[in-house]
Amino acid sequence: MDTGSIAWMLTATLLVLFMTPGLAFFYGGLVRGRNVVSTLMYSFIAMGVASIVWVLWGYSLAFNDTGNGIVGGLEYIGLSGVSMNEGDGIPDLLFAAFQMTFAIITPALITGAFVERFKFTTYLIFLVLWVTLVYAPVCHWVWGGGWIGSLDGGALDFAGGTVVHINAGIAAVAAAILVGKRRSPGLEPHNVPFVVLGAAILWIGWFGFNAGSQLAADGVAVQAFVNTNTAAAVAAIAWALLSYIHTGRISAVGVATGVVAGLVAVTPAAGWVGTMGSLAIGLGAGIICHYAVHFEILHKLGVDDSLEVFAVHGLGGIWGALATGIFAWGALTDSDGGLVNGNAGHFIANIIAVVATLVYSGVVSFVILFVLDKIPGLGLRISEADEDIGIDISSHGERGYVADGAD
Amino acid sequence: MLKIEAVVRPERTSTVLEALTAAGVKGYSYWNITGKGQQEGVEVFTGRGGHLSHRAALPKTMIMTVVPEGMKDAVVDAIIDAARTSGDGAIGDGKIFITTVEDAVRVRTGETGDSTVM
Repeated sequence: MDTGSIAWMLTATLLVLFMTPGLAFFYGGLVRGRNVVSTLMYSFIAMGVASIVWVLWGYSLAFNDTGNGIVGGLEYIGLSGVSMNEGDGIPDLLFAAFQMTFAIITPALITGAFVERFKFTTYLIFLVLWVTLVYAPVCHWVWGGGWIGSLDGGALDFAGGTVVHINAGIAAVAAAILVGKRRSPGLEPHNVPFVVLGAAILWIGWFGFNAGSQLAADGVAVQAFVNTNTAAAVAAIAWALLSYIHTGRISAVGVATGVVAGLVAVTPAAGWVGTMGSLAIGLGAGIICHYAVHFEILHKLGVDDSLEVFAVHGLGGIWGALATGIFAWGALTDSDGGLVNGNAGHFIANIIAVVATLVYSGVVSFVILFVLDKIPGLGLRISEADEDIGIDISSHGERGYVADGAD
Repeated sequence: MLKIEAVVRPERTSTVLEALTAAGVKGYSYWNITGKGQQEGVEVFTGRGGHLSHRAALPKTMIMTVVPEGMKDAVVDAIIDAARTSGDGAIGDGKIFITTVEDAVRVRTGETGDSTVM
């Protein structure tokens, strides 16, 4: 055991856990004031539900490698046999806790697609099913000894570009299609300071996400740390400039979204690329995600992915996966490197990983939601009247802002 | 008595309130409003900050006061002086509405008429 690494990984686990309330405020600021409580709760409750699923069976399905390549076994049910004293540099139990924070934020990311209208009780069941049937298997494929991690050529996903972002991004599309459009989309974000605050928390937390994914306090973690910041910074500035070119003004929400896009894209590459590679990845993310949002691609197809989860996490994640195959540096990957080193193996393996994740997560997420929609007493959507008065009052019996004068 | 309601630019609110006091007005109320007049609206970023949309209504301040009829011209002039954009004014400077008030009652004493607002 390396106590330095244990101390860093405990800290990194906290940083990633704090990203989910950060996401809650990010999404919360983007919706209308009458739906802010609900939007916060979609993320916040994931810290409850996904944590329980993870310790009971999620971790076992993801990381109890039995060699079938598809899904883990049941040996670690209830975290039994997951040692607090033994492991590879850090205790296995710490690794399970670190991975738990990823299983929490991934379904929370999806919620941006269906804010202001998704039935909360159904959402709780969706959380259990999605972490079990989608997150845990995909996590196993990539990191738990499954088939993507074993691909010839070597699929590279340092911190969860496929497992977290592409996975959540395509599930968001499935959810947006099934739940349908909002009856009346709000015009402006109701609280821009919340959005900037949330983005700041995400930016800081992402150092735990990416540098923590080295699972050790060492040089690669430091490189991942620097790459994370560089990509976020470049994507933010790229978005700011594009915002200025197209509108003559620089949107704070746009810059905050640019930050997230850069962080998403550098996630799979974090410890595999050099600093200049992360700069290129951030630039690409800023441009791609900006235009995906600018041209409202999904909305034009009639899909109300309300907070642009696919544009930012889906497309940002896909770009990041491809870019990792391009910019991976042989000295860091301990292989022949990416296209920049003249090796296409990682690039091709990452394309396979992207397609597999898009198909599996897209289809299974769709089926889960389709079934939940048909079960009497459940259903995906609140009533029209409840949506019109605001989901905060109808689902939670609370308001974000009480300003009656008589209180 | 007259009720004078003035829609003014939010940034002019404190100037108008000072002018009302200088003109002899003893009491007033004001609140933030959103609305549309002759002025064009504003372009705002929507969604995740990738594009702009037009918002027709703008923020303004509504200031309300009740004064004796004899103070009408002085109060209206004070509001115009304080609320008008320097030079010849500009679209969006606001509007003043004047209505007749039948009576007023001071809750503490029960007195009625002009003395309640003097």
